[in-house]
Amino acid sequence: MKLRIKFAKFGAMRFIGHLDVMRYFQKAIRRAGIDIAYSGGFSPHQIMSFAAPLGVGLTSNGEYMDIEVVSAASSEDIKNSLNKAMVPGIEIVSVTKLSDNAMNAMASVTAAEYTVRFREGYEPSFDWAHLIDAFYEQPSILVNKKTKKSEVEMDIKPAIYSLKAVVDRNGTAVIRMLVDASSSGNIKPGLVIEAFMKEHGETLSQFALEITREDTFTNTGTAEMPVFIPLDAVGDQF
Amino acid sequence: MNKLALKDEILLQVEKPARYIGNEVNAVVKDKSAVAVRMAMCFPDIYEIGMSHLGIQILYDMLNSFEDVWCERVYSPWIDLDKIMREEHIPLFALESQEPVKDMDFLGITIQYEMCYTNILQILDLSQIPLLAKDRTWEHPIVIGGGPCTYNPEPIADFFDMFYIGEGETRYRELIDLYKASKKKNESRTDFLRKAAKLPGIYVPMFYEVLYNEDGTILEMRPTEEGIPKVIRKEIEMKVSDTYYPMKPVVPFIKVTQDRVVLEIQRGCIRGCRFCQAGQLYKPVRERDVDVLKDYAIKMLKSTGHEEISLSSLSSSDYSKLSELIDFLIEECGKNYINISLPSLRIDAFSLDVMSKVQDIRKSSLTFAPEAGSQRLRDVINKGLTEEVILKGAAMAFESGWTRVKLYFMLGLPTETEEDIRGIGDLSNKIAATFFETVPKEERKNGKVQIVASTSFFIPKPFTPFQWAKMNTKEEFIEKAYLTRNSIKEQLNQKSIKYNWHEADMSVMEGVFARGDRRVAEVILKAYEKGCLFDAWSEYFRNDLWLQTFDECGVNIDFYTTRERSLDEVFPWDFIDCGVTKDFLKREWGKAMAGEVSPNCRMQCLGCGAGIFGGGVCYEAKN
Ligand code: SF4
Repeated sequence: MKLRIKFAKFGAMRFIGHLDVMRYFQKAIRRAGIDIAYSGGFSPHQIMSFAAPLGVGLTSNGEYMDIEVVSAASSEDIKNSLNKAMVPGIEIVSVTKLSDNAMNAMASVTAAEYTVRFREGYEPSFDWAHLIDAFYEQPSILVNKKTKKSEVEMDIKPAIYSLKAVVDRNGTAVIRMLVDASSSGNIKPGLVIEAFMKEHGETLSQFALEITREDTFTNTGTAEMPVFIPLDAVGDQF
Repeated sequence: MNKLALKDEILLQVEKPARYIGNEVNAVVKDKSAVAVRMAMCFPDIYEIGMSHLGIQILYDMLNSFEDVWCERVYSPWIDLDKIMREEHIPLFALESQEPVKDMDFLGITIQYEMCYTNILQILDLSQIPLLAKDRTWEHPIVIGGGPCTYNPEPIADFFDMFYIGEGETRYRELIDLYKASKKKNESRTDFLRKAAKLPGIYVPMFYEVLYNEDGTILEMRPTEEGIPKVIRKEIEMKVSDTYYPMKPVVPFIKVTQDRVVLEIQRGCIRGCRFCQAGQLYKPVRERDVDVLKDYAIKMLKSTGHEEISLSSLSSSDYSKLSELIDFLIEECGKNYINISLPSLRIDAFSLDVMSKVQDIRKSSLTFAPEAGSQRLRDVINKGLTEEVILKGAAMAFESGWTRVKLYFMLGLPTETEEDIRGIGDLSNKIAATFFETVPKEERKNGKVQIVASTSFFIPKPFTPFQWAKMNTKEEFIEKAYLTRNSIKEQLNQKSIKYNWHEADMSVMEGVFARGDRRVAEVILKAYEKGCLFDAWSEYFRNDLWLQTFDECGVNIDFYTTRERSLDEVFPWDFIDCGVTKDFLKREWGKAMAGEVSPNCRMQCLGCGAGIFGGGVCYEAKN
């Protein structure tokens, strides 16, 4: 049985890198006593795969991993047992069952939504909350992307599905964006902000942004007319 | 969740920020207003190494089991963070609370190897605690040292308020109660230290003075006050099956050296290898009950989620219930896809059988530690491993499919000759030849056998029969390493043999610290101030700075390393009683010089002195 697990990552845990989060979950699954399936071979490993790696320093409300289990009582049961095995900073949000032919988490990812905050003392000097719309409305947004050998100019506009300034729960202005997160076209939120600031003659400093991934999406529409739904919406509670 | 001590900008700049955030599974967080005593336990090296140390985990578990105590962990910040903390005057903090170490009541530092001495100073310095004990007040934590190096604490005595000599399970409760009472009564720090000095196992350097002879050797070390003990006997936990053991060890996020459940099956070693300090310090052997161990294994695997379990002891093959324990683990772990790792097993039919069950033979290698190249020299060091046994073990292993062999030797052992060194090449060659003899051509995977011979340089350690031995000079060491290399190159099968050797400069410094006295402290302090740090890391070891500092302080390296010591010389560590007597060590030194071997504790008691602790192997029926 294939399960999709959605979790949030916040607080001190944002400093734990992707590979270590995987190791963390391998151990957590043992502590929680989940009846996970193992691969064959001389050194069997848990059947587990993650959606989209999250960079160190970012928090997230929508991380996903798929696991294969031999048996499981219910969504609630798995969620509760896992949550008991968590440390502060990782929380299991949902557990859903996937159909046998469902695409794995990593391959399904097409987009991700981010909230971007400017850290105190790092805000741009221009009126960014009002100027962001004009920036997004341009027909193209050109950035220099470094490859191994050279720098190429590319248009990231088609990879930005939405970009706007909003007010968060605490009444602070933040930037919200939905961007391509597929393995071939992944856009880092910092790249968008960097282009925005460059347009206004400012440079983005290394530690200026506080970024939260709000959710990770898959496309159930077509390439031209995408319909983005969260990765756990393809599964069912059981 | 606690606020982190370091701001994001710093954590995002340094390598592996997970080293500094705490928050791990099973880390203990208490309400600080509800505890009376706060303690930081430190391993003065990076997180990955410190977190792999069982001793701290045991103490952490024990101290946190006391309701009135909160014990946290602290490790050496790596070079990158060290620099930032100095520049920005950020005080070193404990991982759990993320609060400054300087605000704790105690700072405990475990001292596992001599080359961490400058890291001790780093910990104090970054914590903003005065480096010298004499400059501290009640404003500062009580700094306690523990661990094997404290069996000669003199080179670092100036930096510690006290040392706890021996195993930590026994006296912390009393010490903490003494501290609480002193605080309550508003006594001075010195008064507290004076009382602590009277507790068994506690050595408070400030109450002792050392008088020297004209030739620089020690005339006498004596207490400066009435009532301070002249001799400190090590503390020892005799009820090893009924004491503290961490059922919920802390599980790191990042990969650390010992990323597994560790089951300490026994303490001490029955074998009296004459170069080995641990073998003498931890006498007598005390085995843990096998049923207790089975129970621990299950609980610890469950509470950590680790995918591997390892047995720990100085010589696992000597544990009397080994096969019962391993059978149980194979059965239990097999059900849950848990790996078993079995270090320090003697190679024989039994261990090969077990190893073939628990590891991938193709990937694992076989380890022998003959320590010396000839039988003559192995007799001198009392290493009861013969060439016949090695070759037989190797042949059996090759037949079962192993193709990789690791061999460990020491260079610079007492009485060593060129012949002994050439023996390293010969023995390596014979092992390779054994492979070609036992494995027919068509069955040789990749066609070959890989033998890696490694040598380290022998460093005489306190409380060993070799504590009187002359250490080699750096030049002698290097010459011997070349000789070893050439002896390997001359061999018929030299293509199958790889040779590694340890740095000579570092060994010389380790030799000074191991048998040093209080006069060495000044050198350590000055070298630290000049920038020596992480000396155990060869890429950071600054021999030039060390030599310069010894020179400036007028401290002669040879006095501590290559000097001939007379049998009646007073050693800096003579005031410590580790059970094993100096008379016994002298007898063993004499036997070594005569090339005579000694039986192990199970064959025959040698009357080493450790019988005074009233238990363990000393009271088992002898064969
Ligand atoms: S007293 Fe005898 S049996 Fe006990 S540790 Fe010493 S030599 Fe071994």
